[in-house]
Amino acid sequence: MELEAAKQIGAGIAAIALGGAGIGIGTIFGNYLAGALRNPSAAAGQFTNLLIGFALTEFTGLLGFVVAMIILFG
Amino acid sequence: MTMLAPDSDGPALDPMHQFVIQPVLELPTIFGIDLTITNAALFMIVTTLVILAGLTLMMGRGAMVPSRSQSIAELLYGFIADMVRSIMGEEGMKFFPFVFALFTFILIANLLGMFPGTYTVTSQIVVTFALAMSSFTLVLITGFAKNGLGFLKLFAPAGLPPLMYILIIPIEIISFLSRPFSLAIRLFANMMAGHVLLKLFGGFVLLLSSLGTLGIAAAIMPLAVATAVSALELMVAFLQAYVFAVLTCIYLNDALHPAH
Repeated sequence: MELEAAKQIGAGIAAIALGGAGIGIGTIFGNYLAGALRNPSAAAGQFTNLLIGFALTEFTGLLGFVVAMIILFG
Repeated sequence: MTMLAPDSDGPALDPMHQFVIQPVLELPTIFGIDLTITNAALFMIVTTLVILAGLTLMMGRGAMVPSRSQSIAELLYGFIADMVRSIMGEEGMKFFPFVFALFTFILIANLLGMFPGTYTVTSQIVVTFALAMSSFTLVLITGFAKNGLGFLKLFAPAGLPPLMYILIIPIEIISFLSRPFSLAIRLFANMMAGHVLLKLFGGFVLLLSSLGTLGIAAAIMPLAVATAVSALELMVAFLQAYVFAVLTCIYLNDALHPAH
């Protein structure tokens, strides 16, 4: 296989990481919403934790993005 | 990415072209330091000036009953002050100037980058890594200055069975050392991904509309997506600045109270 073709395939495979991040972010926001509807008065206090969890989860997906970019352009 | 536009003249449709650093004002090299102003340096200066001028103008003379513009500045101050207080307590307010500067710099740099034709400073990993290292260094200095060697308790949480420490201590050390990298990569990758996405959809609009009437009609779809992504990017610009500030606060709180 040519190197260029292998690079394109590799970058595509690296993008699979975004699927995991999607599942994770959906879980976080879904569970936050479920918890917030059960106990709305406690929801506001957990908003910071929600964003932190979101940021930490999103990071794993972004690592996949960075790997794809390094493969393509690095 | 030549595959997008095989026969056009390239750079305009290349989504990575927007991140190229170009000299704006050539200056001589003094003591081995190149003083040339690049577009990245220019926008860092612009960001700082916007913050300074904006806050100075908005505050005015600091009236007891705030005017409309002054209350915007006070809102920003109160927002960060509340965050710092809720995470670190009253003791953490001595770090408020640092967190406020960090937040406003990242926020304004992100937002300035949303204007067409401007340069997004935070899409350069050098810049974000420098910001992350400044907060990491502050955590180290604070931790050791306040607790001495007791700061190392951070790596060995109390109340575990002794055998577990063999496993926990290396994990805690690795997670501690990866903090600046995760801070830097999160911000840089978010901004870069968003701007690449915007450029890609902008490129689709141009390519489709060059195909004739049918193409122009079809170009409405990528245009709509690009508009929606712009709105998302505005939210991300704020969210990433906030997340960076919140995580800095949490790390500083670790440095103040290592035995968690």
